Amino acid sequence: MRDDSHVRRPDLTRRAFLSTAGASAAAVAIAGCAPVSHSAAERGAPGAAAAGPNIEGAVPVTLRINGKEHRLQVDPRTTLLDCVREVVVLTGTKKGCDHGQCGACTVHVNGRRVNSCLSLALMHDGVEITTIEGLGTPDALHPMQAAFVAFDGYQCGYCTSGQIMSAVALLKEPCGPDDADVKELMSGNTCRCGAYPNIVAAIQQVRRNA
Amino acid sequence: MHTFEFIRPDDAAAAVRVAAQTKTAQQGADVRFLAGGTTLLDLMKLNVETPARLIDINRLPLAQVEATPDGGLKIGATVRNSDLAHHPTVRRDYAVLSQSILAGASAQLRNMATTAGNLLQRTRCMYFRDTAMPCNKREPGTGCPAITGSNRTLAVLGTSESCIATNPSDMNVAMAALEATVHVQGAKGPRAVPIGEFHLLPGRTPQRETVVEPGDLVTHVTLPPPIAGSKHVYLKLRDRASYEFALASAAVVITVAGGRVTRARVALGGVGTKPWRSPEAEAALVGQVASATHFRNAAEAAMAGAKPQSENAFKIELAKRCLTHALQTAATS
Repeated sequence: MRDDSHVRRPDLTRRAFLSTAGASAAAVAIAGCAPVSHSAAERGAPGAAAAGPNIEGAVPVTLRINGKEHRLQVDPRTTLLDCVREVVVLTGTKKGCDHGQCGACTVHVNGRRVNSCLSLALMHDGVEITTIEGLGTPDALHPMQAAFVAFDGYQCGYCTSGQIMSAVALLKEPCGPDDADVKELMSGNTCRCGAYPNIVAAIQQVRRNA
Repeated sequence: MHTFEFIRPDDAAAAVRVAAQTKTAQQGADVRFLAGGTTLLDLMKLNVETPARLIDINRLPLAQVEATPDGGLKIGATVRNSDLAHHPTVRRDYAVLSQSILAGASAQLRNMATTAGNLLQRTRCMYFRDTAMPCNKREPGTGCPAITGSNRTLAVLGTSESCIATNPSDMNVAMAALEATVHVQGAKGPRAVPIGEFHLLPGRTPQRETVVEPGDLVTHVTLPPPIAGSKHVYLKLRDRASYEFALASAAVVITVAGGRVTRARVALGGVGTKPWRSPEAEAALVGQVASATHFRNAAEAAMAGAKPQSENAFKIELAKRCLTHALQTAATS
């Protein structure tokens, strides 16, 4: 059995450290968006909005992400991508080009894949958003996640969440049976390591088993 | 990105009222409609677009595809490109439109991009997209560095001394071949604009790309009834197999009877400053035997007025072969 205890240490992981450090102040300031503290607001405590800086021109938006409702105050410029990563602190969705060219930011909006970098958070008030964190858990992977592991569909992993979100959406889209059909429908996701053959194999495996 | 006021009107009339306050609806607009966002937000991040107000039209009732009383099709402004491409009626009766949309962008972008947004898609000319560079389209009077610079992907038809930027859309090329009509609701009421008159040649005013005026909201596009027995092909040639803009493309809708072409509609993409309908190619086809010789003659006619730049002369022959092959494919399908 593989010993993976070194990556499962709950006390200190790189991700946990970065998330904690980033969520509190720095990342919020960069993104220009602040979470509303529900608990503080519900208690009616003074300074209920103190969970984030007072952003000039911020407007309210309610995002439903992975089945959970988030009431937020955002600068109108905030993209769905920045909001998911920096405010809601779901960092599985990646920022690559930030111009809709690489697909690393792919999430589902009402079950359809989109580039979250070319969409404003404000455009998604009340709609259902799914990120990689909403697909499966480490103990119960989505079949596409399991297939990417089985077929080694990644090297550095940066594009992987976008690839998987795209691949899961592809399962419900009109797509021919061949590898070429899969490649065509996956062309909006770029992998600089070159894991494409294994990604196609993983997707085809899931389609065969569907 | 410059900040803006985000507005979500209850109806199209309210959207038009707000939009009518912009000083221009062309480059430099201070009020913009927001639909899919795939062009606008991209250009706002580059500071090429700096609107002070964005009007979100995504919740207006403009997302339907429906039959028209005359047997044609009405396509709402916010119908997503993917929904339009996969619509059963479009696949059956307007196949060239379905093919053209699926040849463009990526699956993610097609899920976001809309009919009206694609009609108004902006050029990919690198000088237009880079605010550090001069550009007559972005800043009138500053010059066109593309003419003496990097112009491999730019236009050979419809250019001027001010601008050689290509219209990047695939959908627009099919719309031109299908003789679509663009319906606009404006401050003075609704009007209908044939697709061939909707986009403007750059001339000396490349900052004006369409006939859209302040307050004008594209509400829908209509297609005439399908032509019985017509064959549809969209062929796109590009630097890679997928997810790339056209170097040359051709949309053809032709009818062949008794071995002769009885009707032809031809439009080219990737080579023109606007979606390039070619009446010259159509005239060269009608009445002729549907043969490789006549298809090549049509392609020669289509490109007769082409003007190459320093890096893009190859596009002229490429476009000819593209159109010839598209016609052959259509005639034998």
